[in-house]
Amino acid sequence: MRAAALTGLGAHRPALRVDNHAIAERIGSSDTWIRERSGIVTRGVSAEDETVVDMATVAGGKALAAAGVDPVDVGLVLLATCSMPGPLPGGSPEVASRLGATTAGASDIGAGCAGFTYAVALAADSVRAGSADHVLVIGSEKLLPMVDPDDRGTAFLFGDGAAAAVVSVSTTDGIGPVVWSHDGAQFERLVIDGSPRKLRMEGRAIYRWATTSLPDLARRACARAGIEPGELAAFVPHQANLRITEAVVKSLALPPSVVVARDVVESGNTSAASVPLALARLAEQGQVRRGDAVLLLGFGAGLTAAGQVVRCP
Amino acid sequence: MTTTAPAELLAGLAEVLEEVAGTPADKVVPEAAFDADLDIDSLTMVEVVVACEERFGVRIPDEALEQMTTVGDAVSYISGAAA
Repeated sequence: MRAAALTGLGAHRPALRVDNHAIAERIGSSDTWIRERSGIVTRGVSAEDETVVDMATVAGGKALAAAGVDPVDVGLVLLATCSMPGPLPGGSPEVASRLGATTAGASDIGAGCAGFTYAVALAADSVRAGSADHVLVIGSEKLLPMVDPDDRGTAFLFGDGAAAAVVSVSTTDGIGPVVWSHDGAQFERLVIDGSPRKLRMEGRAIYRWATTSLPDLARRACARAGIEPGELAAFVPHQANLRITEAVVKSLALPPSVVVARDVVESGNTSAASVPLALARLAEQGQVRRGDAVLLLGFGAGLTAAGQVVRCP
Repeated sequence: MTTTAPAELLAGLAEVLEEVAGTPADKVVPEAAFDADLDIDSLTMVEVVVACEERFGVRIPDEALEQMTTVGDAVSYISGAAA
């Protein structure tokens, strides 16, 4: 059986930052109110002419360079996103084309904020099965054009950005079995629809689902990888809201030795881009090192969730 | 299931609030509003409700949660759901 591992990471954080003060006035709140409810201090906002594909291409190129993988050797490009301008075409073929991944397959993954961890699972299985030697997995989101600046529940929550990882054939497995789930009965909790398209979210219901169901999923993902949660080097959940992260950390009783990603403070909720952005930040800061066991946990619209323990590239 | 008296429910709710949000027990009176008087925001309220579900063995759906403005509202709902 072939093995699969993460071999490179790349992040693209938009140059433009927007702090809470710029958002708070319009929704009749304050910097403090936003921090208390979400932990968010600032977020990246893509330039008006900067697209999901633009950001994905930058992040993907960085990840390939970090992995030392030539684009022509990429067998598959998976782009997790929910914020392409329209349903067709997907963004992944253009990303692959721009990067020079001329012989790769390309497909978008639509699993909302869980998109990246779903894509990593599919990528690892593709590599193990021999369908590809290298898979470029990207999360890229341009959410702010779909966020209602007058909605007190969501105006402050989201940010734009992209990040990517390369999954490569390896001598030892560095990507644990995925544990995934859904609660499709709650499909209406987080929706992007209408014309122009707007994002609607029932934050309280999602908070409840997340804090009550994710700890079990996280424990099962660790068990499948043969590691205790307390033995992890780091925990990188989807950066939905710091309150969800802290509730799950508390429920898992993670010791202080486990580094917890809190990139939401700096980046806001970037949906499918948040897990790789947060992992890349920990790696850039030296908080995780090559070979460290990290639990990735994506969750969001659908509702869907997926988690796996990976070895840091 | 055995019915719990409202006074016991109130005391139990006060313990939950102290544990989840650090709310002093003497502030937990029926007319106290969760947000205005007890400084419980909407996400903390979810934690309170989940803790109440475990403690009192009831199910409190989101629709009911939206109607719970005061401590008295919560006690009435839990008492009705447990009856």
